[in-house]
Order: sequence, then structure tokens, then C-alpha cells
Amino acid sequence: MTEKLVIIGNGMAPGRMLEHLFERAPGRYAVTIFNAEPRVNYDRIMLSPVLSGEKDYEQIVIHGDGWYIKNGITLYKGHKVVSIDRTAKTVTSDQGTVAAYDKLVIATGSVPFILPVPGNNLPGVLSYRDLDDVNAMLLAAQSRAKAVVIGGGLLGLEAAAGLAARDMDVTVVHVMPTLMERQLDPAAGYMLQRELENRGIKIVTKAQTKAILGERRAEGVELADGRIISASLVVMAAGIKPNAWIAKEAGLATNRGILVDDGMHTSDPDIFALGECAEVGGHVYGLVAPLYEMARIVAARLSGDPSPRFVHNDTPTKLKVTGIDLFSLGDFADGEDRQEIVLRDAAAGVYKRLVLKDNRIIGTVLYGETTDGAWFNDLKKREVDITDMRDTLIFGQSYQGGVPLDPMAAVAALPDDAEICGCNGVCKGKIVSTIEAKGLTSLDDVRAHTKASASCGSCTGLVEQVMKLTLGDAYNPAAVQPMCGCTNLGHDDVRRLIKAKSLKTVYAVMQDLEWKTSCGCAKCRPALNYYLVCDWPGEYADDYQSRFINERVHANIQKDGTYSVVPRMWGGVTNSGELRAIADVVDKFNIPAVKVTGGQRIDMLGIKKEDLPAVWADLGKAGFVSGHAYAKGLRTVKTCVGTDWCRFGTQDSTGFGIRIEKFMWGSWTPAKVKMAVSGCPRNCAEATCKDVGVICVDSGYEIHFAGAAGLDIKGTEILGLVKTEDEALEVIVALVQMYREQARYLERIYKWAKRVGIDEIRRQCLDEAARRRAYFERFVHSQQFAQVDPWSERVSGLHKHEFRPMAAIGLASQAAE
Amino acid sequence: MQWIVIGTLTDIPQRGSRCIETPEGKVAVFRTGDDCVFAIDDRCPHKGGPLSQGIVHGASVTCPLHNWVISLESGKAQGADQGCVRTIPVKVEDGQLYIGLAQQAERAA
Repeated sequence: MTEKLVIIGNGMAPGRMLEHLFERAPGRYAVTIFNAEPRVNYDRIMLSPVLSGEKDYEQIVIHGDGWYIKNGITLYKGHKVVSIDRTAKTVTSDQGTVAAYDKLVIATGSVPFILPVPGNNLPGVLSYRDLDDVNAMLLAAQSRAKAVVIGGGLLGLEAAAGLAARDMDVTVVHVMPTLMERQLDPAAGYMLQRELENRGIKIVTKAQTKAILGERRAEGVELADGRIISASLVVMAAGIKPNAWIAKEAGLATNRGILVDDGMHTSDPDIFALGECAEVGGHVYGLVAPLYEMARIVAARLSGDPSPRFVHNDTPTKLKVTGIDLFSLGDFADGEDRQEIVLRDAAAGVYKRLVLKDNRIIGTVLYGETTDGAWFNDLKKREVDITDMRDTLIFGQSYQGGVPLDPMAAVAALPDDAEICGCNGVCKGKIVSTIEAKGLTSLDDVRAHTKASASCGSCTGLVEQVMKLTLGDAYNPAAVQPMCGCTNLGHDDVRRLIKAKSLKTVYAVMQDLEWKTSCGCAKCRPALNYYLVCDWPGEYADDYQSRFINERVHANIQKDGTYSVVPRMWGGVTNSGELRAIADVVDKFNIPAVKVTGGQRIDMLGIKKEDLPAVWADLGKAGFVSGHAYAKGLRTVKTCVGTDWCRFGTQDSTGFGIRIEKFMWGSWTPAKVKMAVSGCPRNCAEATCKDVGVICVDSGYEIHFAGAAGLDIKGTEILGLVKTEDEALEVIVALVQMYREQARYLERIYKWAKRVGIDEIRRQCLDEAARRRAYFERFVHSQQFAQVDPWSERVSGLHKHEFRPMAAIGLASQAAE
Repeated sequence: MQWIVIGTLTDIPQRGSRCIETPEGKVAVFRTGDDCVFAIDDRCPHKGGPLSQGIVHGASVTCPLHNWVISLESGKAQGADQGCVRTIPVKVEDGQLYIGLAQQAERAA
């Protein structure tokens, strides 16, 4: 019979515990989880990248809803457990849910330490523990106002860097003389302070907070020396304490945390505690590696294996701020029985210090250059006598034994039990054996199967080197294709960094992302220009010199250097007045060819560049605007005649096509977007090979996307069926906006969809109403700046230099008139 | 050779080009991001594409028809492509832009 396992808390430690448990004892327990937060298990280590904008929530989810369903877990989201009845063996939530247990795991984590100063409960005072805190900070950051972070430790500095990346004016107030004094010695603390100050973060050390000022909400922080720092956001990051009250209430033994033995049992044999709330051997822990170790032990005990015991180990600390390399491990205080080896390179911003006792490493601080961290950690853990390599020890592993700098050699030399991933406690041997046993070839596979580099990601380089060693040439780490020869970054990285770093001009991107050329090339400049147009509507000034000629002059260049012009005919519908105007233009400008296009438009070919403004002027008088037949943007919406005329039509396909086109024209997209609306499944508008298509049926509108009929031929995928035209419009707009925000430049919808996944797109654009709405609204916002007819602008004189020769020079005799 | 004024430096946008009609054919005059000026024939050696319509990057231009990259300094095709266009002397003095033509010519407009 299955036993009942109840878990209080849904953080990373119990999540990992369950993964181990399901592997060791599948089906043994029926699991119920109470989560005080209204969501699934996500990676808290990654809150800082979410705050700075380098990642978003979806990217840090560890277990999606599907995982809970698959494993038969009952998850109560937003339920806080308020009592444990140890006699009846039940727990009760604040919403009145009662659950019985055979075994109970308490994983309530920690609570932030709130300074006992006046004003600490004012609105605008936040802690930094969970996604709600991050969301509240992001909201506050929108006002671009001032923020004070109290606490110059790991968490406080990550919060400060994240807020600064969101353009806030940030001051860090720290009570000790140097930053991160528990992990860094004063020299490294000083270098860190200088680096943060260079990034515009103000730092006040030796600062005791006296009060948070403000009437109805936080307005500033007052220090003990009388200084006042104004701020509308105050983040308390002064430390955490184990959240043990529920255990205390239930009469379990507690000290700072919930007391457990080295098998993670509390004083009640049926109750375990793990994670930040647990106290074992006099230690409480806040870093993920020991917490995952606890998870492994609880899972073993629950599956009936009494052997594993928790052993204290020093865990290296790293700061997760982009561009700051920092590593700290063990004990680095000075002492009579200790010696140190120090390397400083002020110009390169490098500081390394090893603390030795009895010829063994007991502590390490690395700043600016941390690649040898894993090696030093390994030497420390194995208590290696370093006497023989003492002279060159500080230069790192690659200098030992006379082998010159070859990172592969360094990794090859690591023993099998050398730890590669500190977060998840994965050693080199485990990675190698898993790659060989399961035939893994990609980094994602290795992450999925071993968890190595799956948490903070700072060991990714090492993991890749292990893969390369194991797989040889079969491993190709350059899976990320650089945008072009001007950078090593791929399109996705560039797009993310543009947002994260608020880069708002092509030249800011090139400077900040260290472009290798002075002003890019014909591949990257148009891509960057598009990304900026898309990401900063209304703020970014379109750089016409970075656009391909067709988009610069709003016509299609032909093989002889002439241009073709396609006026917009909404939904492919026209009338005698429009046709007459076109005919007149053709006569007046001697246009040599007129052709009907595949998208139901009329194309006039062979127009001289100098004539373009005059052609547009005449077309404009007849009411035509640009058909954007040249654009990486919305091209055409092809329609059939629908219920207006057709005896089979089920909906007004013509009207809907025109509506879509009038709503979406002028928008720039990563590649061209062609659409169609067919009035019935006979599909005369050929909607099932378009980027986006609609098939009208009696019951509503079937929305299709990701078709192709060019280099590739591909039928569309069905996104879903909606009942009304309004809904259909919202879904289509959301889909296009998602594509605009995520795709790589020149990547058509079908290629993007293949990469992202049809289900994911359906989830975001159809299933989740709030997200769909948000995409829709961002599109609408950007359209205010995009829906300007480029032809009429140029008829009115914009960029007139573009269309006329600068000068005409004749032979002296001819020119003398 | 004769120097003829064809306009001012600011008539051409940075990283842009304009063309001029000459008795020797159409000439594309370029201004780079760091305000250097070059002039070459407005005909790509590949299929005659109008180089003045290309994207200017560094001291090169990419032809709008088939993406050949042409050096503005030497007129030579870059990378694997083989070909060359004529370069024409050009200079800036006091913001005035001059082109050097072999034949006796003068500005008509």
C-alpha cells in the first residue's frame, strides 16, 4: 500500500528530494505538497538574473505543472500550513485543508531578517527572497527612482546590481567596513566595491541604519550618523534566519533552525526537516550545494536506506553579477599558524589569495580570474600537500608540471572525483560515465541527465571541456552560431542583452557587447536595427543607414537598379478609381511592366529611383499607401470573397482580412509575414501555407500558422479554434508580437516555431489569457509609432537626398549654356 | 586632372552614399562613419548592381543585389569574390567636396 508523504514547502531542496525519491522508490509514496507561494518549483539562485532582465520566470522554472501531474503529486499552491498535529499525524493549511501523513518533510526555508528599526513595515520596504519580491522590485524600478539596499552581502549586492541594470539610482548601505566580509578578505572586498562603483552603484560602508523615513510610504533611510539617503524603494538584505516556527509550535526541538541528526530526522522520527530551515551539526545553510546534499539523504531515508549521512563541507561562493568574477572558499582569516600566497595584477583587476596551514590549502579568495577555483577546491577537499608546487601554485593548474596554458589539459588532469558543478555536487567521473552510458552529445542533455551546470551555470565552461574530452570531435560546442563575423554572440544572446542592459542605439550595442568591427557589417546592422525598433518603440530612432536599400527607399530594387512599387490593396480588394489611378501612373511615368502578385496586389516594375517620390505622390492622391512589399514586415493579407458572395462562405473572410491588415500594417517583423483568410475549408485564399492563416468555419475561426511556400514547402500548424472575430484578431496579434520579440532576424515564423515549439507558442498566445493580452497590448503600443505611411513622408520631402543625384557634371563644352 | 566641387560633406549621411552623374558614368560618393570620403564607379563588378544603394560598414560597401563586399579604398571585391571597380579621387576642403576627373568637365546642376 502506498504511504502518505506530506511536504511543507515547495522550494529547490524538496523538489530535488522528490526527484531522488521517485528514482529510488517509484510508487512508494502518495505525495502532497503545500506551497505558501502560488506557483511551482523554480530556481531561486536565478532570481538575480530575472531581476537584471537576463532571464525571465519561465526560464527558471524547475518543475512545471506537468511534472506534478506526471508524478501524481497533489500540489496546493498558495496554501500556508498553520499547524501540525503530531498525534493525529495531520497538517492543516490556512485555507482549511487538512492532510494526513505517514511521513512529513518540513522544508519551510528561511525568512529575511528585518532590521528592528522604525518604519521597517512601510510600503516600499521589501526583502529579497522570492519571485514576489522580484516582481515588486521590477514594478518599483519602472519609475527609475532611487533605491537603497541595506546589506552588502551576496544577496544585497545581487539585488543592487539588478536594480542598477534596471536604471535605478542605487545606494548600498553596509554595516561592516568592507563588502561581503564573510566571503571576501578586505582586499577583494575593496576591488569589488570599486567595480560596483564604476557601474554607478553608490556604496556606504560602516553605516548603521537608524530608521526608514516616510509618512505613508518609504521616502528615505536615516543612518546613525545622521545622514539621510532618499529612496522610494528600500530592500532589506541584511541576512536570513531559518523559518522554524511551525516546528517549534508543534513541539519539535529547535535552536536557530529545526534540529536534525545527520540523517535529517527531527526529534520526531516520522518528521524530517531539510533545506534552509534545518540545523545540522551546529550549522545552518543558505547555499544550494549542501541543501541538495540534504535532499539526497532524506530521499535515501524515505526509501529505506539508512546509510547516507550528512557531512559538513565548505561550499564555494560565487557572485552572480554579469562581468564580476569572484570565488571564495573556506577560511581565509589571518593567523599565526597560517601562511598566505598572494597574486595581484592591478591593471588586469586580478587578485588571488591562498591561505595555507601545514602546507595544505584551507581558504581561497579569487577575484577577476576564477578559472582555477575548482582546482583549488579540489586540493583543499583532498587535503593535498602542496609543498612541491608551492612556487607556482598561485598561477593555477595549467602552470603545474611545466605544461603551458591549455584549458583542456587542466580538465584532463582532474581526477574523477573532482567536483565540476558545485551547486549540484556533480564530479567529473559522473559526467563522463553518464555521457558514455546514455550517449549524450549536447550540453542540454548533460544538464538534464547529470544536473551539472543546471543551476547557476557558472561551471558551464568546465562541463563543456569535460564533454569535449569525452566525445572528442563529436562534440561541437559552437552550437551557438554567432550573428556574423563582428561578434561571437548569437542572435538570442544579443536580443536578451539589448533588453537586459537597456541598449538603445546600434552603437551602444556594439560598444557594450564588444563588437569586433567599428561599425558592424551588412549582416548585423539591419538585425540590430530591427531588434531596437522592436524592443524600444517610440524611443529608438530608426537608423536608415542600417537598413537594406528596399526598406530605406520603400520599394524593391530590381536587377537593373530600377525599382518596383506595390501599393496596398486592403485584403486584395480594389475598385475602378484605384485601377484608373494606377493606369494613369503607368502612362505618366512610362512604367514598362505591370504584374499581379501572388499576394493579390498590383506591382509596377522598372521605375527609376528619381521618379519614386512623384509616383508615390500620384498614388497617394488616389488614397494608396505603401504596400510594404519590400519589408521585413506585414506584407499582405490575402482573402477570398467569403459570405459577401460565395455560396459556401461561412464568415466574412474579406472583411476580417481587411481588418487584420488595417490593424497590423506598418509593423516591422524579423522576416516577412504573409497572411490569408479563407471563408471556408475549401481554402481558396490558400491560408494553409502562410505565415499566419485563418480558415473560417461555421463555429468560428481556425487559426493556422508556421506554413511556408518558398524555399521550403510546409503546411501550417493549427494554433486553435476561437469563436469570434475579436478573439481571432487578439490571438493573431499576440502570435505576431511573440514572434517579433523572440525570433532571430530573417527567421520566418515556421523556423522560429520549430525552434520554440508549437505547444509553447499555443500556451503563450492562446491558452494563457493574461499573457496573450500583454503581447497584444505591446503590439498596439508599438503600432502608434509604426503606422506612418512611408510614401507620404517621402513625398513631403523626408530623405529627399536619397532620391536625387547630388550633382550632375557634364563635359565643359556641353555644360556651357 | 581637374577638381570639381560636387557639394558639401554633410550632403551625404554618415555611413551613406550619394551618386553623381559624370561624363564617365555614374559615380557613387561615400561618407564613412568616421567622415572619410571615397568615390567609386556605381557598378558592382559582379552584375552591375548600384553600389551607392548598399550598406556602408567600415571602409566597405555591400552590394544590394548579391551581397558582394567592395573595398571603398581599393575598389576590390573582398573575401572569396574576384573583381574590381574603378576608384575616383575625391577630397574635402573646408567642408567642400571635390571630385577629380580626368576630362575637362564642369558642374551642370
